[in-house]
Amino acid sequence: MNKDEYKEYVKRRAKRSASPKNCGFAFLIGGAICTLGQALHDLYMHLGIHEQDASTLVSISLITLAGLLTGLGVFDKLAKIAGAGTLVPITGFANAVVSPAMDTKSEGYIFGVGAKVFTIAGPVILYGLFSGVIYGIIYFLWG
Amino acid sequence: MRNIIRLGASPRISSYYSVVGSSEHEGPLGDCFDHFSLDDKFEKDSWEKAESEMQRLAVAGALKRAGLRDTDIDLLLAGDLLNQCVGSSYGLVDFDIPYVGLYGACSTCALGLALASLLYNGGACKRCACVTSSHFCASERQFRFPLEYGGQRTPTSQWTVTGSGAFIVSGIGDVAVKEIVFGKSIDMGISDINNMGAAMAPACIDTIKRFFEESEHSVDDFDLILTGDLGYEGSKILKDLLLSEGIDIRKIHNDCGLMIYDRKKQDKHAGGSGCGCSASVLAGDIIKKLESRELKRVLFIGTGALMSPLTLYQGGSIPAVAHLIHLEVNDYDS
Repeated sequence: MNKDEYKEYVKRRAKRSASPKNCGFAFLIGGAICTLGQALHDLYMHLGIHEQDASTLVSISLITLAGLLTGLGVFDKLAKIAGAGTLVPITGFANAVVSPAMDTKSEGYIFGVGAKVFTIAGPVILYGLFSGVIYGIIYFLWG
Repeated sequence: MRNIIRLGASPRISSYYSVVGSSEHEGPLGDCFDHFSLDDKFEKDSWEKAESEMQRLAVAGALKRAGLRDTDIDLLLAGDLLNQCVGSSYGLVDFDIPYVGLYGACSTCALGLALASLLYNGGACKRCACVTSSHFCASERQFRFPLEYGGQRTPTSQWTVTGSGAFIVSGIGDVAVKEIVFGKSIDMGISDINNMGAAMAPACIDTIKRFFEESEHSVDDFDLILTGDLGYEGSKILKDLLLSEGIDIRKIHNDCGLMIYDRKKQDKHAGGSGCGCSASVLAGDIIKKLESRELKRVLFIGTGALMSPLTLYQGGSIPAVAHLIHLEVNDYDS
C-alpha cells in the first residue's frame, strides 16, 4: 500500500463526527444564544436606550457572559455539545480570547497573557481588519 | 541480525511504580496504579510542574519498592512530551543519578526500557532507571488548544494520559527483557493530529513484521501483544492490515490507550495516548500480571507520533516510530 492508497484507506474507514446531531444542537443552542441577544436588545430598548447603543450593549453583554462562563469552566462543556452554535456567534470569539489568557497566566502577564492572548483570535482580527481596509478602498473608489 | 537484538544477559525489570491523575484513577485500571492524585496539578502551580512532580514520585516510588537509594542507580533515562523534555529534566533534579533525556513521543517508555536493557546487557550499567510521563493539560496547550477553548473533538482523536511510570532494570527480578526491535521513522502521509492512531499504525506494523520474520516465536507463543498507544482507530488498522499480511494478532492484542479509560463512559473518543499512558499501564498492570504468572510472554510495542505543531503548520505529515520489547517471566521454559 503506497502513501496515497493508505491515506484513502484511513479516510474511508475513519468514523466521522455525527454531523446531523451536531448541526441540530448547533442550530438549537446557537439559535438560543441569538434569541437571548434579541431579548437583551428588546430589554435595552425598553429601558430607553437608543437602538445603536442597544446593539452595542448586546455584544458587550454576550461577550461578558461568554468570558465569565469560560472562566467558570462551563463554556467548553457547552461548546462540546453546541459546536458551531457557540463558535459562530460573538460568544465564540470571546471564548477564543479568554481561554488562551487563562492558559498562559502561568507564564506571566507579558510573555504569557500579553503575548499569547490572541493566539486563536489573532488571525480573525488581522484578516478582519485587512478585509475592512480593502472594502474601504473599494467603497472610496467606486462607492 | 538487522532486526532483533537478543539479550543474552537477561536484563530484568526489578522495580516499577505508576502515578496517575484523576481520570485515569476513575478508569478500569484505577485500582492498579500505585499512586493517584485527584488534583491534576499535584499541588503545584502549573501543569508542567505537575508533570515533573509525577516523574519525581514515580522514580522515588520505584527506588523505594526495590529498597534502593538514588546513588545505587548508574543511569536515569527519562522522557516526556514537553518541549525540551522539561518534564523530565526539572522533575529529576533531586536525584543523584546521571541523567539522559529521551524523546520518542508515546514510544519513549519502550525506548527507555530497551536502552536500559541494552546498557545492562552490555555491562555498561548494573542498574538503570527509566521513567516517562505525560500530562493532559500540559500537552493540550502545547499541541492543540487552550484547555477552556470551546471546540469539538473528532471520534478518532486520542486523549493524552496524565500519568507516569518508572522502572528499574537490573539483574534481579521475575520479568526479563529477552529481545528488542528498534523501529524506523515511517511517514505514510497522515497529517491529521486528531487521528494519530492512523499515523502510528504503519510504523507498528513494520516493527511487528520485522520481529516475526526473524523470531523463533510465532504469534501463538505470546499471551499478549500490547501496543501503546494506537487507540481504537490505530488498533483496528493494525489488526486489519497485519491480518491481510497473514499475521493474525486479533485474539491476543490489546492497547494501553484502550485499557486505561472506559472510552464510552469517560467520553475519551479513541482512547488514551502520551508517554505516560503505556508507562503507567505497563507499571500498574502488565508487569504485575507477569510477576503473578497470569501472563508469561508479552510483546510490548511502544508507538510514537513524532510531529510538532510547527511541522504540521508547515504542511508536513506525521512520521511515527514503534519500538518493540519482548518480556518474559524467568521460569517460562521450566
